[in-house]
Amino acid sequence: MKVPTRLGGSGPDKHPGVDAQRGPVQQQWDRLPRLVRELALPVVVILVTFLYPQYVDSLKGIQSVGDFFPSVGSVVIMIVFTMMAVGLNIVVGYAGLLDLGYVAFYAAGAYTAAWLASQQFEQWSFHFGDSGVLPTLSGIHLSIWMVLPLAGIFTLVVGILIGLPTLRLRGDYLAIVTLGFGEIIPQFVRNGDNIHGFDLTHGTFGISPIDAPGFNGLLGLPVNYRQSLNSQELFFYTAMVLLLITVFCSWRLRDSRLGRAWIAIREDETAAAAMGIPLMRTKTWAYAIGAFFGGVAGAFYASFKSGAFPADFYFNISVFLLCMVILGGMGSIWGVLIGGMVLGYLNVEGLSTIGSKLSSSTGINFEPSKYQFGIYGLIIVIMMLFRPTGLISERRHKLELEEGVHDEALYESRS
Amino acid sequence: MPGGQGRPAPRQRPPGSGTIATAETQAPPPTSPQRRLPKRPPVASLLGLTLVGVVVIWLVINFTKGPSNFVEIFLIGLTNGAVYGLVAIGYTLVYGILQLINFAHGDVFALSGMVAFTVLFSVFKIGPNPSTLVIVGGIVGTLLITMTMFAGINVLVELVGYRRLRGAPRLAPLITAVGMSFIIQNIGLAVYGVEFRSGSDLVPHTNVFSVFGVSYQWHKLMVLLVTIPALFALTWFVTHTRQGKAMRATSQDMEAAAVMGINVNRTISITFALAGSLAAVAGLLYMVQFNVRYDTGFELGLIAFTAAVLGGIGNLPGAVLGALVIGFIQAFNEGLTWHAPGSDWTRSIVFGILIAILVFRPEGLLGERTPEGG
Repeated sequence: MKVPTRLGGSGPDKHPGVDAQRGPVQQQWDRLPRLVRELALPVVVILVTFLYPQYVDSLKGIQSVGDFFPSVGSVVIMIVFTMMAVGLNIVVGYAGLLDLGYVAFYAAGAYTAAWLASQQFEQWSFHFGDSGVLPTLSGIHLSIWMVLPLAGIFTLVVGILIGLPTLRLRGDYLAIVTLGFGEIIPQFVRNGDNIHGFDLTHGTFGISPIDAPGFNGLLGLPVNYRQSLNSQELFFYTAMVLLLITVFCSWRLRDSRLGRAWIAIREDETAAAAMGIPLMRTKTWAYAIGAFFGGVAGAFYASFKSGAFPADFYFNISVFLLCMVILGGMGSIWGVLIGGMVLGYLNVEGLSTIGSKLSSSTGINFEPSKYQFGIYGLIIVIMMLFRPTGLISERRHKLELEEGVHDEALYESRS
Repeated sequence: MPGGQGRPAPRQRPPGSGTIATAETQAPPPTSPQRRLPKRPPVASLLGLTLVGVVVIWLVINFTKGPSNFVEIFLIGLTNGAVYGLVAIGYTLVYGILQLINFAHGDVFALSGMVAFTVLFSVFKIGPNPSTLVIVGGIVGTLLITMTMFAGINVLVELVGYRRLRGAPRLAPLITAVGMSFIIQNIGLAVYGVEFRSGSDLVPHTNVFSVFGVSYQWHKLMVLLVTIPALFALTWFVTHTRQGKAMRATSQDMEAAAVMGINVNRTISITFALAGSLAAVAGLLYMVQFNVRYDTGFELGLIAFTAAVLGGIGNLPGAVLGALVIGFIQAFNEGLTWHAPGSDWTRSIVFGILIAILVFRPEGLLGERTPEGG
């Protein structure tokens, strides 16, 4: 938290010397209760973000810079990817397990939504709590509000199944194995249209359409998002709520017993084991919880764009999410949120906007969006070389990386 | 999970764990009591053996159904495996010395294939139906150019990307390697676009021999004609030269090697140069056999990495053996007709093997147990 707080957080009289240098406004600020000081920035950020659909049109009206503001629909995608990045941050940032196959969880979540809220299984007809869907429509139609946690749980189970055999491996081997699963699951999805004559995933065509969330007119809330006039805004608010829940869980988990165990494992696995932390169980939980959020985000995204297509789930997405975490700062929630939003923006709209601006103003025909993954690769390399703790460093992680100086080799590593 | 918890993870790896081992210098298996290995659960071993048994039975049945077809597919596997081997050695060399999975290696390979295409057909301007002399001269000339070039590029990758991170936590260079892989891939995309480049009509597809319905073509034999000398040269270099000795010493213990007066940085650069030039050989062969484009390196790099792990990472003969096995598996899977999963599943099968090896036998077929292993 970048809120001006002091160590200990007690009254201002403890450091009169510091206070003397601070202006009257800051002194007033210091006198506020600690809770207010800590929550001020998050509340302001949340409010400003929540109101985005209200003022986006006036922002877009501004001369020359207006085009750079993303539309509400694009922000939804940004939020979904940020949510996945927050989930990945639990695995990579907290527990220090490099996961190069996070896209598998995204796929698992998206396909859970596709199975439980579409016409995929035409041979069955089952409706429960759905809204805006004709009751005669074939296939399984659960309410999206039910599908989201179910997708999370399904993905969590997938995460545990993947994790149990592989989490014994350390570091780089684990990265490769997760990458392997990240490749196997999409291929399974692509080829899963004829499992002994049973069409599970509809092959390369993917499953579409998928039901949208809705409230059936409960409490005057919209019946069905997609049939509403302001459907993009409804999706936006829902995505924001989901992101807030994810961030809240991630924040509380970090300070919990489990979270402290994750950080202990990240810092020194041997020492953590010696202190009695059950390595396997703790790592598996990191994996499973990270997977859970990936699954929920994937299911929501599938519902938003009304489809789950195997072409969406490829290795580059995993690296894209990893890049968000690294850019923002591994283990830092604020960092990952910023990294996720920045890269999400670049991915969805930013690069193509920049490209079109560039070609219209200078005449250079360069499409940055074509090379987006090269750009992400460059970001990863530059960050790892020059600022491995990310834009907003997490304090402990920074210490950990700087401590690494002790490991320097005996010989001089001149280049 | 038994055995997964509480085992010390040495920061400095024990001597001889991930070293570059060759057939002659293979260290005796560690027998000291501290490194006694926990017994693998018998269920896992049984499962693995059953799986191998099923595969063998499947192969035998396929053989009896069409022996000539089977042998022909075997030869395809041998050819592909040889190319994979060249790339796999690149992974194994670098892993042996830095314990780094050089993710960018596959993309260096793909880029080298595309550059070889340019050199062959735009610089040397080899037209259709060239004579034997032109083919041989063209290939040798191209190899000289691309091998030098990609040795340099690989050294540059190490210099820019990995050298600064040598003291950093182990995941840092790995993440950088992933980034590097994307950068190189996009350089390929920027220069060559999305089209496939193929030189498959360079070497004639006429038969070398054709007995009992089994035929073998020149364009496949060419792969072996290039690969085998390259492998011999590499083995000679690693086992018989001072620089090779320095490489082996550095991979055993970097600090001790430095104390003994070995220039560690130069040795690492030379290792990367070797890996890069072998990747360039593989790139040309692959381009002449099949086709390459900017993203070929991702999948092929992972196949080659699997091969390196299968054989035992850090182990040179192991990498070649693993590559041949993977080549056979891929060829049988895609070529056989009786109950073969087919090419749709190749990637899953290769990764399944990778995961199974890492979980059940992390030391690989020939290698030693690494500190990573379970």
